[in-house]
Amino acid sequence: MTDRLPVRKTYKLFIGGAFVRSESGRYDHAGEFNVPRGSRKDIRDAVAAARKAAPGWAGRTAYNRGQILYRFAEALESRRADIGAPADEVGEAIDVLVHYAGWTDKFQPVLGGINPVAAPFLSFSQPEPTGVVGLVAPDEPELLGLIAELAPVLAAGNTIVAVLSEKGPLPGLDLGEVLGIADVPGGVVNLLSGRRGELAQALAGHHALNAIVDASGDASLGAEIDTLASESVTRVRHAAPTGSYAEATADPLSRLEAVTELKTAWHPVGA
Amino acid sequence: MATQEQRTSIVWDYAPAPESPDHVRLRDSYGLFIDGDFRDPTDGTRVPTVNPATEETVAEVAFAGPGDVRRAVESARKAQPGWAALSGLDRGKYLFRIARLIQERARELAIVESMDGGKPIRESRDVDVPLAAAHFFHYAGWTDKLSYAMGGRSVEPLGVAAQIVPWNFPLLMASWKLAPALAAGNTAVLKPAETTPLTALLLAEILQEAELPPGVVSILPGDGVAGAALVREPDIDKVAFTGSTGVGKDIQAALAGRGIPLTLELGGKSANIVFEDAAIDQAVEGIVQGIFFNQGHVCCAGSRLLIQESVADAVVEKLWARMARLRVGDPLDKNTDVGAINSREQLDRIEALVASGEEEGAVRRSVACELPERGYWFAPTLFTDVAPAHRIAAEEIFGPVVSVLTFRTQAEAIEKANSTPYGLAAGIWTDKGSKAFEVASALQAGVVWQNTYNHFDPTAAFGGYKESGFGREGGMSGLRGYLRVSS
Repeated sequence: MTDRLPVRKTYKLFIGGAFVRSESGRYDHAGEFNVPRGSRKDIRDAVAAARKAAPGWAGRTAYNRGQILYRFAEALESRRADIGAPADEVGEAIDVLVHYAGWTDKFQPVLGGINPVAAPFLSFSQPEPTGVVGLVAPDEPELLGLIAELAPVLAAGNTIVAVLSEKGPLPGLDLGEVLGIADVPGGVVNLLSGRRGELAQALAGHHALNAIVDASGDASLGAEIDTLASESVTRVRHAAPTGSYAEATADPLSRLEAVTELKTAWHPVGA
Repeated sequence: MATQEQRTSIVWDYAPAPESPDHVRLRDSYGLFIDGDFRDPTDGTRVPTVNPATEETVAEVAFAGPGDVRRAVESARKAQPGWAALSGLDRGKYLFRIARLIQERARELAIVESMDGGKPIRESRDVDVPLAAAHFFHYAGWTDKLSYAMGGRSVEPLGVAAQIVPWNFPLLMASWKLAPALAAGNTAVLKPAETTPLTALLLAEILQEAELPPGVVSILPGDGVAGAALVREPDIDKVAFTGSTGVGKDIQAALAGRGIPLTLELGGKSANIVFEDAAIDQAVEGIVQGIFFNQGHVCCAGSRLLIQESVADAVVEKLWARMARLRVGDPLDKNTDVGAINSREQLDRIEALVASGEEEGAVRRSVACELPERGYWFAPTLFTDVAPAHRIAAEEIFGPVVSVLTFRTQAEAIEKANSTPYGLAAGIWTDKGSKAFEVASALQAGVVWQNTYNHFDPTAAFGGYKESGFGREGGMSGLRGYLRVSS
């Protein structure tokens, strides 16, 4: 065989189900590749796309969301070799997806239920997705650290705007291609590379965001996120970077609680 | 028809039926409740607490300064390991005792609540005080079952909880905060609201009577300065706040970077949606209960009334006729439906927003009732021709004022209901069950009442979506904010 000239990949942001360049036209180097350096405007576009996709995703049946998350795991399994992350890490990330695919129709009875009120009413509380969730992924592990936060947020029925590892954005950007073949509707997951501080600030300060999961492990960035989030009472969960399947699944309920809202309904009985 | 009209035109005369305050034993002056005893403030002040229905002083109360706050937090820290080390059963027994003592002193607590805050005795007697006891009773039973509430996870208390409550349900909110915190093994420093400290201080007496170990609960009346000092204390592990969205945002910002769990129960502008297929008379009663309960000083009040166009005129006329029958006046009178506005400051706020409604072009109708000469009063008020952009349709008035908007389709009703930064509660009136559930699931609100309004229970979670706050109070979920869990 003669040497074949390989086709190089152009890395792009993944917003609203489409692969797009940063509107800013800026880029950074990641190894032999150029990666887009996302901007505040890209974040706004991504939040708008996530907002638009939110009712549809939340409206899917829990069973359907579970199947799509499992399909995501299947798709990642078949692309194991194409993701720029160590094979073991990809394997654990796939298993995390399988774990949370199973949660889609199980956290509701665990976190909610019928309230035995002392009056003639049927009262029940059930967790619902909070809406659009921002996610600041850790630098490492590049893929597993992202999936460990993404999976519970998706399982709970939220849509996502994720800021990828600044140090190693390629596995996260590769994930966009997997999402595209996994039946995850466009806009449900949006992936942005760039300078973490700049993007996280734009995200946390966005008033249409309902919650933010900060897994950066960066205390001073965390404090900035808290301050910006307070402007619109955005829910914040800070988490240390997740390095293994065991850590990602040690306390799944806390991850799910952080991105759900308990709704209580009252209905008269009799009368 | 003639008979019916005659019947509705009857105006009943009610003889005054005042609840006698003779039974109430209030001290002339109350100290700060720190480390198990009432103490003089070190850097605080003493201020009179006023009956808003008469503008007369009910008692004098110490207000905490920053040094007092520090002292209370220190005592809570010292008491926490011992309180957490008690068996769940024993912690529970203390809470059961408190519940029982609240029940025993129910009449006195209800009268003082109405004197200090202006709410009708019917409400303090039938809602506030029984629910306060019920909350302690409910959480008393959780103390030795905590891991069951957390899906089997192992749990430990957070430590010292800083808790700030508002003036609209003073004793009830104190109970919502204290019962789950103590059940989970935390100790607490509670700041009642500036204008309504008295029932919290009576609760302090009850805690003494229950022989609750010193320092487990401190109660510090005070103003915003004390509250700001409390949430900025370095040695606290939890903050829980019920109050305005503005102050809630300040607290969230003040805690930035500190990793302290926070529960916020904030303001609302809740939609009460009446569909054309609703039982109209029942809906009118629900609308009244939704907005005039506690003078509208309710964070989840149904202050935005959304009526389907086809029945809007009929509903408004029936509502207006019903409003005319509301009895406004002496909070201690058992016939009173609408009591006094809690403070001069709140009355000013209501008057300013109502004036803006008129200026912006909405049509105002206020009930022509006789209001007492002294005290703070506001006649039940209805606005029609309200546009969604009007301030009275967007901002929380926190008074007996309802703004009517109309809609044509279910989709429009949902869109209008959700078109607010708030998300605390909502009401739905329809006789179609499937529609009620469909609309309920589309509403971004933490509590949805279907064919009813303003019901509360210690077993039912309460709390908001969006800028109405986060975290829940009540039931199992009410414990989540006071526990550290591990797998």
